[in-house]
Amino acid sequence: MKGTLKAKAIRLTAAIAASATLLTVSACGAQPGGGSAKATGANATVWSLTDSTWASVQQTFEDWNKANPDAQIKNESFANDSYKEKIRTAIGSGNAPTLVLSWGGSPVTDYWSNKNIIDLTSDLDSTVKEKVLDSVAAEGYRDDKLVAVPVGQVQPAILWTNKAVLKEAGISDAPQTWDELLDDVAKLKDAGKTPIALAGGSKWPYLMWAAYLIDRIGGPDVMQNILDGKKDAWSDPAVIEAMTKIQDLVDAGAFGDSYQSMSADDKKDTALLANGQAGFDLMGSWVYADFGTINADFAKNDLGYAAFPAVEGGKGDPTMLTGNLANYWSVAASAGKESQQTAIKYLKENTYSDGIVDGLLKSGGVPPVKGIEDKVKSADDGTGFLTYVYDSVKDASNYQLSLDVALPADQGQALLNNLEQVFLKQITPQQFADAMNKTL
Amino acid sequence: MSSVSKTARVATPHAAPQTSVSPTSVSPTSVSPTSVSPTSAAPTAQSHAAAKSKKTGKLHKGPSLWYTAPALIFFGVFALIPLVGVLVLSFTTWDGLGAITFNGIGNWVRMFQDPLVMNAFKLTIILTIVSWAVQTPICILLGTFMAGTQKYRAFLAVFYFLPLLFSSTAVAITWKNLLDPNFGVGKAFGIGWLAHNWLGDPKTALWTVIFVVSWCFIPLHSLLYQGAVRQIPQTMYEAATIDGAGPIRQFFSITLPQLKYTFATDSTLMIVGSLTYFDLVYVMIGGGPGNATRILPLDMYLKGFKSYDMGGASVVGVIILALGIAVSLILNKVSGSDKMESQMEGA
Repeated sequence: MKGTLKAKAIRLTAAIAASATLLTVSACGAQPGGGSAKATGANATVWSLTDSTWASVQQTFEDWNKANPDAQIKNESFANDSYKEKIRTAIGSGNAPTLVLSWGGSPVTDYWSNKNIIDLTSDLDSTVKEKVLDSVAAEGYRDDKLVAVPVGQVQPAILWTNKAVLKEAGISDAPQTWDELLDDVAKLKDAGKTPIALAGGSKWPYLMWAAYLIDRIGGPDVMQNILDGKKDAWSDPAVIEAMTKIQDLVDAGAFGDSYQSMSADDKKDTALLANGQAGFDLMGSWVYADFGTINADFAKNDLGYAAFPAVEGGKGDPTMLTGNLANYWSVAASAGKESQQTAIKYLKENTYSDGIVDGLLKSGGVPPVKGIEDKVKSADDGTGFLTYVYDSVKDASNYQLSLDVALPADQGQALLNNLEQVFLKQITPQQFADAMNKTL
Repeated sequence: MSSVSKTARVATPHAAPQTSVSPTSVSPTSVSPTSVSPTSAAPTAQSHAAAKSKKTGKLHKGPSLWYTAPALIFFGVFALIPLVGVLVLSFTTWDGLGAITFNGIGNWVRMFQDPLVMNAFKLTIILTIVSWAVQTPICILLGTFMAGTQKYRAFLAVFYFLPLLFSSTAVAITWKNLLDPNFGVGKAFGIGWLAHNWLGDPKTALWTVIFVVSWCFIPLHSLLYQGAVRQIPQTMYEAATIDGAGPIRQFFSITLPQLKYTFATDSTLMIVGSLTYFDLVYVMIGGGPGNATRILPLDMYLKGFKSYDMGGASVVGVIILALGIAVSLILNKVSGSDKMESQMEGA
């Protein structure tokens, strides 16, 4: 006991030291973690997000606290990025909140292998299997044990279109194949539009192109080999071809001449599409609400959406999706036994409860829940978008989690960095593969 | 008298006119020749005495040393301990979660072979030198202008100082949007060349960053020079006028030489400052496009908090720190401002 306490103290000091110096030297104003979120007795703590789609989840905490005066859940909300920076320090120093929020992927793997989160199989396996769509539920399992319980909306990357712009350029429908997409790019360019809006300044939108192309060309095995860390997995011909196709698109002027600095956080890409300056935008389903805010007329009449086109001769299935799966709750190992029980009980009662499902649908989010077709349909605003997302996710042959989350952090960052250089044509597809193989 | 308080007292009258930022202490009246001359006459004797008492380590008479405790505790807790921590971390492997394992000089070897670090090093040097070279002349001229008594000077000065009041994040977001090729000023007013993709073109990104950094920090450094120019005794200018020197000659023969120590102090601030630029670059462009603006502090942040390579990030942190300390020491030595001789003999 003493040993672990000491180790904890050392790690806490190290965490504070690292954050403090790194941030002081960089004169950064962001507040590093390190503050304790530990609860006492049967009380539990949770850090959640401030996004509007989280309103229904926040409501469940309020309801819970009214019903359980002896086992309060103290909720603190954070903006997305500051949460991501805070949570790892908190977990590493043994001061995690009882309920740990994640996006699945390598962080959950890290938490699990470091025994920072506990096995929830016996308590919640049946709940999750019964309620959640398989592709989303699967991400919560490590070593066949349930360690992360899905929460929130499902967010696949969608090929958004501006139907009015496409029509103006003489394009009748969203492209079904890669060659059609290339044709459409040429037509849009002739019509004086930016064919495809791409928020390259944020870097991660590049990943959607890479993930879809690799899968459409080589099928899911290629990416699986990479995720398994197989030697030279990035040299797969499908990866090389995908990178070549990306550079073909860049050469064709598909992304215009300003994609490198456009930021997805500023919604510059969605604004280009909504304002009729661009024809396509490959972006997560979460921007649906933004389109309405930027240009309500457009969202109602001219907004189109389609699956990423198939590649001729490719092995992949065009129903495959990439993007964010959902958020996930884990229960911290550092929390007291009673707090953990409170958290588990909360999850049992509130995993996609009716209140959360209805709330999500109301805010334009699609919950990855089995058998809610009717609910989705009745929540639809007439554009059919919610049904489209729900059906795509339900019918997807494979749902690849965003690569930067799925891959271990250092590999994910290297991928963002190298992929950007592919888009900027600073490196060749072969150089990309070589650089990425080194990270495996 | 303690060595600490004594040296401080000796140094202050000389250092203050050169470095003070506070507008109240730079009012022209406070530097009448009479108030300066007496202290400037005996600096060498006093600093000898200070050095002596340092050696003998005699106890002090002045205010209790406990007065320094709050500052020392803060410095220790928020600067020294983390510093030592990072130095130790630079010899370990740690992902922020698991156990911290010692791995000798592994990180150091790895970082010095990392093309990203080398690229960041090069960019940081360029950013530092160019932003110093751009800002210094502008700041000296602006500072001299603002120290004068021309009509509208105070009114204009307010505008020069405005950027100083904005948070760098706000500045970064504003410039990012102004320079946006699709939604920025260039597009809005139909000015073709201005609608260039300044931040998205790897060739112009770093220069754009230098421009915004300069815009942001010129007010502060101009303020320093303004204070320094006001410290220059009017008698010098009067004498020069009698000797027939015009304003330009006066600027080069009196103002510039008299700004020597301010120049040293300000250059140190500017250079050490540019070694640690982070927020502006991070918010504006995040190191892109294609690592064109991935300077050392940004590289450190991305390594530490995105790749969770705490060991590698700590190495970069230590490099930045060493660079900063080395530059300050060298500048201090070269400029001779560690001696701080009076420049006002005969004033």
